[in-house]
Amino acid sequence: MNLHEYQAKALFRDYAIAVPENRVADSVDSAVAAAGAMGTDQWMVKAQVHAGGRGKAGGVLHCTTLDEVRDAAGQLLGRRLVTAQSGGRALPVERVLIEAPTQAVQEFYLAMLVDRGAERIMLLASRAGGGDVEAAANAEPAAFERVWVHPATGLRAWQSRHLGYRLGLPATALKPLHQITQALYRLFVDKDASLLEINPLALDAQEQLIALDAKVVLDAAALYRHPDLQALRDRNQEDEREARADQQGLSYVSLDGDIGCMVNGAGLAMATMDLVKRHGGTPANFLDVGGNTTAERVAEAFQLILSDTKVRAILVNIFGGIVRCDLIAEGLIKAAARTAPRVPLVVRLAGTNAEQGLALLTQSGLALETASDLAEAADRVVAAARRPT
Amino acid sequence: MSILIDAETRLICQGFTGKQGSFHSEQALAYGTQLVGGVTPGKGGQQHLGLPVFNTVADAVAATSANATMIYVPAAFAPDAILEAAEAGIELIVCITEGIPVLDMLAVKAALAPTQARLIGPNCPGVITPEACKIGIMPGAIHQSGCIGIVSRSGTLTYEAVFQTSRVGLGQSTCVGIGGDPIHGMDFIDCLRLFEADPQTEAVLMVGEIGGDAEEVAAEFIRTSMSKPVGAYIAGLTAPPGKRMGHAGAIVQGGSGTAEAKYQALEQAGVLTFHSPAELGEGMLRALG
Repeated sequence: MNLHEYQAKALFRDYAIAVPENRVADSVDSAVAAAGAMGTDQWMVKAQVHAGGRGKAGGVLHCTTLDEVRDAAGQLLGRRLVTAQSGGRALPVERVLIEAPTQAVQEFYLAMLVDRGAERIMLLASRAGGGDVEAAANAEPAAFERVWVHPATGLRAWQSRHLGYRLGLPATALKPLHQITQALYRLFVDKDASLLEINPLALDAQEQLIALDAKVVLDAAALYRHPDLQALRDRNQEDEREARADQQGLSYVSLDGDIGCMVNGAGLAMATMDLVKRHGGTPANFLDVGGNTTAERVAEAFQLILSDTKVRAILVNIFGGIVRCDLIAEGLIKAAARTAPRVPLVVRLAGTNAEQGLALLTQSGLALETASDLAEAADRVVAAARRPT
Repeated sequence: MSILIDAETRLICQGFTGKQGSFHSEQALAYGTQLVGGVTPGKGGQQHLGLPVFNTVADAVAATSANATMIYVPAAFAPDAILEAAEAGIELIVCITEGIPVLDMLAVKAALAPTQARLIGPNCPGVITPEACKIGIMPGAIHQSGCIGIVSRSGTLTYEAVFQTSRVGLGQSTCVGIGGDPIHGMDFIDCLRLFEADPQTEAVLMVGEIGGDAEEVAAEFIRTSMSKPVGAYIAGLTAPPGKRMGHAGAIVQGGSGTAEAKYQALEQAGVLTFHSPAELGEGMLRALG
């Protein structure tokens, strides 16, 4: 689960990580009032969306008068922002963060995440902070320092010290660095984070380290033990259909194509999309109905696919394991009774109770084509999507 | 022969009397698996499905000489179930449960490191040696004893691999679903090493997915240490780049993680790669030449 910058910075403050003075505002008037109440004569107005790359997308504006703050807030609030990291989606800007600018002498990159290979929490740091950090990483991967944390010892002072030396920090900044890395580690563990990122981490003229940006991603699987953090979820940053699917226990990602796919299991769902593409079609979505689905959930999934007006044909590919194919068939029949499918339907059922499922579908009189294997299913649905309606 | 499990494997179920545990225990018994009992704290001394229920894994091991366990307890309790099984000396721990927090798995893996226990999963379909022993949620009927070892990160896509290798008459020695979680037990290499040493296995089918670098790491192992033919399919060639936060993922991943990068690494290691999920059975026939 992603947090907004303003939420992440509030968490940072709880852990004594220095952040610039800031206020959050959800209207132009409150933005101007907030800016006026701050002890500064310059302001950064930052769009709050769940994606990085805001600066380059025009989502961060520098202001030197309150009138400029008014214009900036007016320009950002209510618009939608597409960034290099927003996955092609336009995210709504419902809040802005007003922040005092920091004069950085030097900017660093500092992040904490789980290293899958090492099976450890890892600090990742570089002297190449800022928006071009990925380009820097591609050009010179060795410029990124890595520090692994043993779960029994936690992050030790010598590790932070070594990191500080390798980053070329002045001696007076070594202790502040240790305080920040310790705080990040505590926050990571306390809150079940999956990513903490400070980019840039500024070293100012007083040799203080200040987090100019803050990204926090939390492990959704652990939210059950953090009711306070659950409340920070912003569903408006999520795709409407994807959020609706999530509430029904479905995993759905909308795509650009015209062939709707309903599959059980994420791996098979990806494989089905690959197959559709290989046979000359383009998938309209990724949809995993889950390993433990019900007829009701299948019906919901079906309506979700049909709610996408781009869809010209639907491929249902179910490999029954715990999920019985007859139950999937019941769900399809139920959905078709509720909303008559406006597009051709190709069904491939295999595994547990596949024959019973196919028999139910045949008896129902539903207009559909069946296929016994994957290649045949793909050929049929691609042909169906090309047929003139 | 086979790897990990066979007709002699003595299995218990943790979360035995729950809905999932009961259902899959019945399925395992119907398949002919030697299920010898189960564990549900507070229900020790009772009988369930005609088998004894124990309060602790240690009690179950003492009474039944169990050497494998399958875990069907909710995510909040599954880390405990794994640790309890390892402490009781269980050799093979299969954790089906999905949704275990990553930090819990980091702690569990660190605790398991000095033990002899092997962990499969979590968030996996389990492991099956056809016609001998089924531990997990896979449909038993599609399997057929044979010569292909299957190791997969996916659930239902594993069934597809099984279905196709059965249909072309090759069958499977053992199928291992290693699970899709970022921190998990046995990996591709652990399974490849066992398949290489198993006389029944003539070739291995690897089923991977985009993300992480497990397939790239496995490719290097195959190049240096596998004499048997290996075929591979990677799902996600057409998956779009998702919405993401920050740069850390991309920096750590570097060039790896995409389906293209994985296929390339595997091909360089001499692996026969399949670009369509419909070619797995025919492909393995080709791999065996």
